[in-house]
Amino acid sequence: MNDAKRNIISGRSIPLRGNDIDTDRIIPARYLRCVTFDGLGEHAFEDDREQDSNHPFNQDRYAGANILIVEKNFGCGSSREHAPQSLNKWGITGIVGESFAEIFFANCQAMGIPCLAVNHEDCQILLNASEANPSIKISMNIEDKSISLQELNINASLNDGSQRAFLEGTWNATAVLLKAENEICKIASSLPYLNDFSNV
Amino acid sequence: MSKTLLDKVWNAHAVCELPSGQTQLFIGLHLVHEVTSPQAFAMLRELGLKVKYPEQTFATIDHIVPTQSQQRPFADGLAEEMTQSLTDSCEEFGVTFYDLRSGQQGIVHVIGPEKGLTQPGMTIACGDSHTSTHGAFGTIAFGIGTSQIRDVLATQCLAISKPKTRKIEISGSLSEGVFAKDIILAIIHHLGVKGGIGYAYEYCGSAIEYLNMEERLTICNMSIEGGARCGYINPDETTIDYLRNREMSPKGDAFDRAAKYWKSVASDDTASFDDVFKLNGKDIEPMVTWGINPGQSVPVNQKIPSPSSAPEGEQNSYQEALDFMSFKGGESIKGTPINVAFIGSCTNGRISDLREAAKVVQGSKVANNIKALVVPGSMAVAAQAKKEGLDQIFSEAGFEWRQAGCSMCLAMNPDKLKGREICASSSNRNFKGRQGSPTGRTLLMSPSMVAAAAIAGEVVDIRSI
Repeated sequence: MNDAKRNIISGRSIPLRGNDIDTDRIIPARYLRCVTFDGLGEHAFEDDREQDSNHPFNQDRYAGANILIVEKNFGCGSSREHAPQSLNKWGITGIVGESFAEIFFANCQAMGIPCLAVNHEDCQILLNASEANPSIKISMNIEDKSISLQELNINASLNDGSQRAFLEGTWNATAVLLKAENEICKIASSLPYLNDFSNV
Repeated sequence: MSKTLLDKVWNAHAVCELPSGQTQLFIGLHLVHEVTSPQAFAMLRELGLKVKYPEQTFATIDHIVPTQSQQRPFADGLAEEMTQSLTDSCEEFGVTFYDLRSGQQGIVHVIGPEKGLTQPGMTIACGDSHTSTHGAFGTIAFGIGTSQIRDVLATQCLAISKPKTRKIEISGSLSEGVFAKDIILAIIHHLGVKGGIGYAYEYCGSAIEYLNMEERLTICNMSIEGGARCGYINPDETTIDYLRNREMSPKGDAFDRAAKYWKSVASDDTASFDDVFKLNGKDIEPMVTWGINPGQSVPVNQKIPSPSSAPEGEQNSYQEALDFMSFKGGESIKGTPINVAFIGSCTNGRISDLREAAKVVQGSKVANNIKALVVPGSMAVAAQAKKEGLDQIFSEAGFEWRQAGCSMCLAMNPDKLKGREICASSSNRNFKGRQGSPTGRTLLMSPSMVAAAAIAGEVVDIRSI
């Protein structure tokens, strides 16, 4: 059994409306003054929560939810992995949304957190369902690329490479990349700028 | 088969295709700073691995350094701890560290180019989203997170999928008072902050070719603000001239061989693109942001838009931005009073930026009750500015002349907005809370426009002074 394999992620969801929510909002920069990721969970969305008492991360009814539902371009801006680290430490293990900023998506993948994309209408269905009944359970299915919400089955998208990395448990890339030792050396010896441009 | 620069650089660095279908891509230059790397070095230690190519790995500190006194130990104990952590890691793993004592410290995206580390045809990675900056030299440069920094430290490779390519052609030339910053703000205004998802942006056309290297860095810097994975400009004679005699550039015959190689990586004339976007340089005006992302901008003489004029699906975002900024649709952005003026950052903290801004402030005074800062992007920029007497011009006008660092771009150091202050800023992000006060407000614009706003105490049109 490979603990790194990810296929079905089930649980209660927490809805977060709004497009272009950037990583400065997910974790304000002052919390990046650290040398470990410990303790970031309690500061997730700290400034947004301070300014909006109804922020979903302030609502007790969403405590314990592990699937975050977002809208478009979630996680844009800074490349700080502190953002998905803080969400993960808050309890998030999977994210569903209309679209994701690419560095954020890559950081999530490198941490084993799948981000599944759904269309606008389906995203609204998921957000509405979560707001109406926070105790309702949903399931993210990586193999089928789908989300199930009671009897409803929603199509989701995920690039094939990421899907495979989650299903096979190879999302932590270091071990995979280390395998190509000989090929890495071969490329290094072929690059003009690493060889005094003698092979141009 | 004709190829784009992305095709050529990608092919030269592709180690293999991974089982996932992603490419294992060799990274030629790895830049490291104090914020995103400590955890990566810790992971490396846990795995018992070394840095694979320490000679291709360079570190500096920029985000957390104070810009008033850079005396160690820093007043902020956390900043001191991070600095010490990077110092120790560089020593342990044999990485060159341009620290404060080296006299070569600066913002990572300023020192890479100025030292000649950044060269055409390279792949570059750094744990910072503005790594796209280095694309100005015809490199493919990716911002990455901490786990991926671990991957690059350990293997000199990234697992990554090749982006599509969008050609962004800016024809004609720019009008007086319009700068590189206005070009990129205009591009993001048109294509949106998510328009670039899945793409590398190739910037080309006569208005781009005419730019010097520092202006090109400003353009590529903000590729990420448009959602693009990276952005680049084809290398040409301007690129080669810039690299001649730089500290880390090849020397003698090797430079001539390098120049030939560098030109060869440019996109072929007949290369095809997944998408093309065109803009005429003469249609671009000085831009100012009015909202909470870099796409929410207007030409300085136009009105702030109302939510009803927003593109489909963006009405709520517009309203949220107006509410946060306390602006109303239909108001003029020109004349908006400011509290703070900030010139600096990896976008606009280079010597040419300071020269342009100094022209505006020379012989004038900063308006009453305005806090105005000039923060050079590197120690080398600071030294050059002093040589030219720019520090004096700024100081006499009432600007605070600071030491090199990221400063008020992101407020991980003592330079922060207070309360609801409005800042005219030459930086790259106007996100809620970005400049350190959770309710602080940012207006992005060119350094010359920031300088003019500091003098007037409000947003003005640089062309009218």
